[in-house]
Amino acid sequence: MSKLLSAAKTKVLFMGNEAIARGALEAGVSVVSGYPGTPSSEVIERLSDVAQERNIYVEWSTNEKVALEVAAAASFSGLRSMCVMKQNGVNVASDFLLHLASSGTRGGIVLVECEDPGALSSVNEGESRYFARMLEIPLLEPANFQEAKDLTLWAFELSEKIRNIVILRSVTRMSHASGNVICGKLPEETRTAQFISDGSFMDPLRGPVVSTPVVIKHNLQQKKLQKAAELFEKSPFNSYAGPTHPELLIITSSACFLYSREAIEMLGLQKRVGILKLSCTWPLPLKLLKKYLRLTEKIMVVEEVLPFLEENIKVAAIGMLKDTGIKTFYGKMDETLPSVGELNPDIVAEALGRIMKVKYKSLPAGYIREIQKVAPKIPPREQTFCPGCPHRASFWNINTALKLDGREGIVCGDIGCYAMASLWPAIGFNTVRTLHSMGSGTGLASGFAKLEAFGQDKPVLTVCGDSTFYHAVIPALINARHNKADITFIVMDNAGTAMTGFQPHPGLDIGAVGEPLPSIEIAAICRAIGAKVAECDPFDLEGTSKMLTSFMAERGSMKVLIMKQPCALSPEKKGKKQYQMKVNEELCLGETCGCNRLCTRIFRCPALTWDRAKKKAVVDEVICAGCGVCYSICPQKAIIRTEAAD
Amino acid sequence: MKMALTKDPTNIIITGVGGQGNVMASRVLAGMLVNAGYMVTIGETFGMSQRGGSVMSHLRLSSTSVLSPQIPQGRADIIIALEPVEALRVLVKYGNPDVAVLSNSRMVYPMGVITGDFTYPSLDDIKSMFEKIAAKSWIIDATSVAVDLGNPVLSNIVMIGALAGTSLLPIDRDAFEKEITKSMSVGIRDINLAAFDSGMKML
Repeated sequence: MSKLLSAAKTKVLFMGNEAIARGALEAGVSVVSGYPGTPSSEVIERLSDVAQERNIYVEWSTNEKVALEVAAAASFSGLRSMCVMKQNGVNVASDFLLHLASSGTRGGIVLVECEDPGALSSVNEGESRYFARMLEIPLLEPANFQEAKDLTLWAFELSEKIRNIVILRSVTRMSHASGNVICGKLPEETRTAQFISDGSFMDPLRGPVVSTPVVIKHNLQQKKLQKAAELFEKSPFNSYAGPTHPELLIITSSACFLYSREAIEMLGLQKRVGILKLSCTWPLPLKLLKKYLRLTEKIMVVEEVLPFLEENIKVAAIGMLKDTGIKTFYGKMDETLPSVGELNPDIVAEALGRIMKVKYKSLPAGYIREIQKVAPKIPPREQTFCPGCPHRASFWNINTALKLDGREGIVCGDIGCYAMASLWPAIGFNTVRTLHSMGSGTGLASGFAKLEAFGQDKPVLTVCGDSTFYHAVIPALINARHNKADITFIVMDNAGTAMTGFQPHPGLDIGAVGEPLPSIEIAAICRAIGAKVAECDPFDLEGTSKMLTSFMAERGSMKVLIMKQPCALSPEKKGKKQYQMKVNEELCLGETCGCNRLCTRIFRCPALTWDRAKKKAVVDEVICAGCGVCYSICPQKAIIRTEAAD
Repeated sequence: MKMALTKDPTNIIITGVGGQGNVMASRVLAGMLVNAGYMVTIGETFGMSQRGGSVMSHLRLSSTSVLSPQIPQGRADIIIALEPVEALRVLVKYGNPDVAVLSNSRMVYPMGVITGDFTYPSLDDIKSMFEKIAAKSWIIDATSVAVDLGNPVLSNIVMIGALAGTSLLPIDRDAFEKEITKSMSVGIRDINLAAFDSGMKML
């Protein structure tokens, strides 16, 4: 049995994302949708494990905007629904979100967005809290694991009380951290979907669901927000802990609450510093805020990443000056804390120590000296494509084709593991030149190709993965074709949303729960758009680079090359070697070969290493995935491949 | 029965290279400790960061409270490393004069070492560095044992077995068996138990 279905009152170790999933189950959620993205994906993954048992519809949607629309339809029909995404997904969904917030909702609907301060698994550390303020909807931020569950349940109730969507925001250190959670009750009954639309324009439960008449509905929306603020005033999720008369008050939210609490302990300031933990962060509960601002003159705001809470508190504090007196604020705006990257207990303790003039007891000087001797001896470990990764072979082919073509073609990148080729250029053979949001590589390529009239004469290529293709590439591809942009579009099809854990996408014939679904072929879509389309196996280095070179040479049309090879970590491949690889030491000429150690300096597979004593290449059989590609790159044919026994 | 912790919280870091089963080791260890009645907080980094890079799980054990999922610098009590230079990387940031280190001896060379831009210290050097900056240290060849058992990926469980052998934490074979009965499918339990036993015997 999934631990997500543990009995009421049992204490379970839940990952933050599992706690959110359990909260949704306790709320009786019926429809859950989303698009995979670290650190959010486990919410939907865990719910799909129990979907049949709990009678939930779970869907990995094509992108976040569609996902939110799918969830909203359930809300309009009186069901409880949840939509899950990472921070930049909210940007994708935001156009619909604006209109949804104006039209209002019926059944409880929660938008769960998991942010990535420090960009541990992202190419941005974008903030979505500002959407709550900008679009005038409530924002909740759990500050520990129990709260991640309890607040999710409450978010559904709040949404139904105010008849509008509620944002629940998590961060990597909450979503991907784990802690003990006491489970609540799972509901017995399920709701029936009923979309009623026989009432007047202004009837929130029976009228048409629209954002017009705009000014009247906007006013109504703001009243809903006021109601949320009133509920926040009494919410047990906002709490104070500390002395009656603290010298300094920390106001904090989310994982930063745990950092702040630890920082106070590290500095032994329990009797001097208090913490106001806010889990209802927009709109701010002003009466509650006033009560605690009165406690002291020094206020420190601890949050990630931008000073959102700090700004809102300062604006609120100006309105309360008469009652609370003048305050000194410490936070991001005065650079007490950094406005970039994630925080941790050390950063908070260091800042708190400076304000309170307390020194953190550091390690003995002798120990620090020993550490300083060790540190320079540790070789750095950069990220790299895994052994057997098809992307290494694909970029090898692209690089070869660019060199054969000789016109210094421009390659635009996109979002997926293959984005690493633009982050650490050496691992993609220095081929990728741009990297932005999902689908942007193709839009940029479309633009680059139209610069011919201004003297841009390099061929234009763009790459994307299979899941990204469905998510946001199709409109850009149609744009390129319609506007006669001469581009070579390469799909690195590794048969799943590999980076986030192999969630299915529309190209596969299964859904989130493993149910059979019709697949929609990338090649067929590209042909329908009018492109010249071919498919190849990137592990066939010679065939693929030849085909790509000929595509680049063909002018005036759109060319699509689909490089198909499943990810080395995919369930079908993982742990299974197609080939046993070995270096023939007699054939390998080592440094004297003249190849400049093509295998171990340029190809860069972690499983192909260098024996310093023998000065020859050697295969690390423990980590080799047996893809066999390195067999094709050795000019001496010293890397031997033999079919692996089953 | 929950034993009193010699240090509350006890801060444990499990480190290794992406693909070595770091996250799974931390889940199994945490499961054993939760079953024994402790409060456990884990902080992990996975996703793109695990692609060939260093991976770290912070596991904090307490009788009373939920803690920050990130351990403060210089405050690790126990470091378990599936790869030896990853032990050093964690030690220089989180070590202190009382820290204990249990490390696998099997090296996974970073790309910069393979290309020749950086040097990987010898196992003897690593051993002497451990002796200087850790109160206790053990280096075992868990990967070879796992390979003999039929799959190098079992090294993480060999290491958990060895950890039980150090007696640094209130865990034993029964606790492991109880945990995997809950979290692993029937078909893989025996081989994991064998890996645990082999690890425990190595100390």
